[in-house]
Amino acid sequence: MTTRLSGTDLTLAYDQRVVASQLSVAIPDRSFTVIIGPNACGKSTLLRALARMLKPKQGAVHLDGSVITTLPSKEVARRLGLLPQSSIVPDGITVADLVARGRYPHQRLMRQWSKADEAAVTEAMRATDVTGLADRIVDELSGGQRQRVWLAMALAQETPILLLDEPTTFLDISHQIEVLDLCADLHEAGRTMVAVLHDLNQACRYATHLIVMREGSVLAEGDPAEIVTPELVEQVFELRCEIIQDPQSGTPLIVPESRRRVTSPA
Amino acid sequence: MNVRLGPWSMRLAPRSLAVTALLLLIACAVAVAAISTGEFTVPVPDILAALAGEGTPVAELIVNKLRAPRVATGLLVGAAFGLSGAIFQSLTRNALGSPDFIGFTAGASTGGILAVVAGGSAAVIAGGALAGCVITAVLVYALSYRRGVQGYRLVLVGIGANALLLAANSYLLTRSNIYDAATAAAWLTGSLSGRGWDHAIPVAVALALLLPLCAYVARPLRMIEMGDDAARAMGIRVEPVRAVAIVAGVLLCGVATAAAGPVMFVALASPQLARRLTRSPGVTLASSALMGAVLLTASDLIAQRLLAPVQLPVGVVTAAIGGAYLAFLLRKDRY
Amino acid sequence: MRPAEHTEPATEAGGDPPPRRGRQVTLAAGLLVALGLLVLVSLAGVALGARAMPLTAAFDAFLAPDGSSDHTVIRELRVPRTLLGIGVGAALGLAGALMQSLTRNPLADPGILGINEGAALGVTLALGLFGLTDPTVYVWFAFAGAAGASLVVYSLGAAGRTGGGPVRLALAGIAVGMVFTAMSSAILRIDSQTYDRMRFWLTGSLAGQTADTALRLAPFLVAGLALGLCLGRPLNMLSLGDDAGRALGVAVGRTRALTAVAVTLLCGAATAAAGPLWFIGLAVPHAVRAVVGQDQRWVLPYSAVVAPVLLLGADIVGRLIARPGEVQVGIMCAAIGAPIFILLARRRRLAAL
Repeated sequence: MTTRLSGTDLTLAYDQRVVASQLSVAIPDRSFTVIIGPNACGKSTLLRALARMLKPKQGAVHLDGSVITTLPSKEVARRLGLLPQSSIVPDGITVADLVARGRYPHQRLMRQWSKADEAAVTEAMRATDVTGLADRIVDELSGGQRQRVWLAMALAQETPILLLDEPTTFLDISHQIEVLDLCADLHEAGRTMVAVLHDLNQACRYATHLIVMREGSVLAEGDPAEIVTPELVEQVFELRCEIIQDPQSGTPLIVPESRRRVTSPA
Repeated sequence: MNVRLGPWSMRLAPRSLAVTALLLLIACAVAVAAISTGEFTVPVPDILAALAGEGTPVAELIVNKLRAPRVATGLLVGAAFGLSGAIFQSLTRNALGSPDFIGFTAGASTGGILAVVAGGSAAVIAGGALAGCVITAVLVYALSYRRGVQGYRLVLVGIGANALLLAANSYLLTRSNIYDAATAAAWLTGSLSGRGWDHAIPVAVALALLLPLCAYVARPLRMIEMGDDAARAMGIRVEPVRAVAIVAGVLLCGVATAAAGPVMFVALASPQLARRLTRSPGVTLASSALMGAVLLTASDLIAQRLLAPVQLPVGVVTAAIGGAYLAFLLRKDRY
Repeated sequence: MRPAEHTEPATEAGGDPPPRRGRQVTLAAGLLVALGLLVLVSLAGVALGARAMPLTAAFDAFLAPDGSSDHTVIRELRVPRTLLGIGVGAALGLAGALMQSLTRNPLADPGILGINEGAALGVTLALGLFGLTDPTVYVWFAFAGAAGASLVVYSLGAAGRTGGGPVRLALAGIAVGMVFTAMSSAILRIDSQTYDRMRFWLTGSLAGQTADTALRLAPFLVAGLALGLCLGRPLNMLSLGDDAGRALGVAVGRTRALTAVAVTLLCGAATAAAGPLWFIGLAVPHAVRAVVGQDQRWVLPYSAVVAPVLLLGADIVGRLIARPGEVQVGIMCAAIGAPIFILLARRRRLAAL
């Protein structure tokens, strides 16, 4: 397994509150890595650290063999993109303008809009199917459309590695699938994708590499089909469950046990 | 609209270009009108002759000593206020985050009044205003600091500081002797009357030094409007950019207040007006600066002529025009 | 632009929260304490000033007036001034709380939203252009100005697709206030006699109003206070949003209209009496919500009681620190209120609406 992006012996903290310590992860190249775990397990914190949003108290994140903080930030932004959990839509901005802002790392004061910029934005909007919305005001879009636009912006950045912090939050189920299918397409086209997700079943279905976290440490890591077992789910989520095969994708499907188990009629 | 020239390329919105050009044109027209008309009319060709030093002595006196410096001060101060307002509104992501609303202008006034009471010369008053502005900015920033500064909190703290400083200013006026109070009150209303080249030149120097800085941070500032994380992900070093922008904005506001007194509402209204005219997302620096210049000089012209021989303080007119126009734009606001 | 933090209606605010008797008793007791404080401050306001007098003199002034200058000062100046302060303070505090609740906007304040400026323009017009000096006459100009301002600001600020965020409404208020203030100043510039008469009034002052003025404005203040205090329950429902309020059976349109009437009465009368005072209406409801929570049935009366305590306290301090002159109450309010407001703004989460 080769890896361009990895963290070693990370101690992550907000002010004095330590979220994780001695954490090491490696993101396999060209994988669709999904980080999952219960609320407040540090999964978003880990993602933020990998994206250099959060400076580790100890340890270091490496990108292509260099410590990420030693690389010029704009240089990093040409290799690694991030879709943050919460971004602010500037008032009155159109879809095309917002997507175009993704080209910032490739631009200079005197070269603000090259043909390559134009092509990248067109391609990003096509891939996310927002071309038809180009002149619409972002504020006026539905949640699913808006998330696709943000994704288009991250795509226009044209980075081989793309990090997504809970890209499906606040979306209804059909939009969730839409966004995840899009991510899978992007992965197939050769990108390394890293996403923090909430839904274990979705994670199992889409991930090629799963990182399971609890209380700031990694409990299991690998192909979902190999590592997701009832024991692991109970250990991580304190939930008893059965695991069956997803009839659609053949990946593991978690069927939770309820306190009020109803015996099946069959 | 895309402009490419060899390795250079720009992306320009036609509407922004048109508005910018129009604002430039209006600024020139207002400047010419202000220099040409008045109690003694100077025909336009004579203005050029006077500026070149080849006019009649009377025309030269009126143009070079009286009207041209006043217009120049107006244009420069207006631009500085507009730019400062645009920077802070962008940083706070909030239209109310402009320096005349979050206490910076009021702080400059306090510094200016203290200098007046201490019996300072015009230069000392200007220095006092600049110092007052910088100190206020530092205090407001420090008071709203809590694991980073959030725009919303900065605005609220600024509103409080503004109220406190305005009260301090009124108090200083009631406590000082009648002569100082009159001088301070005249300065406090914000006025361009009697401004000479010695007022215009410091603002020009400040603009010349700070404009490149502003141009440099303009694009990263627009990215920071989308949130710190989003900007960082795009490779922007958020904290240094923000620090540079704050320093530039505070200095512009302080220098402008030092030259013309606390003219209210130019910093608040210009970026909002410019933004709505250009229909560009967020605040834009260049058009805000031009809008400020136009707003202030046009208001000064009206203040001189509207109720002549009564001379209104220019702040009254900027408030009326800026406020009315802003209300008009809000009415049909699409954004 | 929108602020980064949206103010979410707190879950407790809607409907009647389950009765928690202990808390209700505590809140009622707190209100009594605040009332007691108001009485104390009022007594201090009568006794203290350029010349301090024992409280017994105050009673004697009414029960056994001996025509001495002390008794005249108390009867003609201090008591009316104190009563006026109570009325004006209560009006501004309540108006601020009503506006913040109605607009769901933490920045709503009779000063920021341009309503006091509208009332001030009305008074300036009446005094300056028409030469009307009877308070019962020019108060109607103040009402007209306040009502006009609130209509314009609300229609500007609440119009548009997004229904008006907090900042948009404040922006509209500032824009309209700018225009009104400019018009007032222009009128005063032209007419220097009116300027002389109104200079003090324009910075906000309780001095210089006679017992007669206070008496004539009292009915308007009382009507506004009574109406405003009755609106707590429907405003509680509306804090969840218009639709939720309607679903819970609130007459949304009527509640809004009545609130607007109350605000107009309160701001118009208060401004006619003491000039365009700023800040009390903004700071007091914030402070009150930080203590009593989101229930408007408590926020409104608390604001109406705490605001005059602040106003009278400010007035007394202003009289004491600059003896034999005085610092106008408008200045003192800001000097006392602003630091409190800054402290509140620094709290981790400003008590949302």
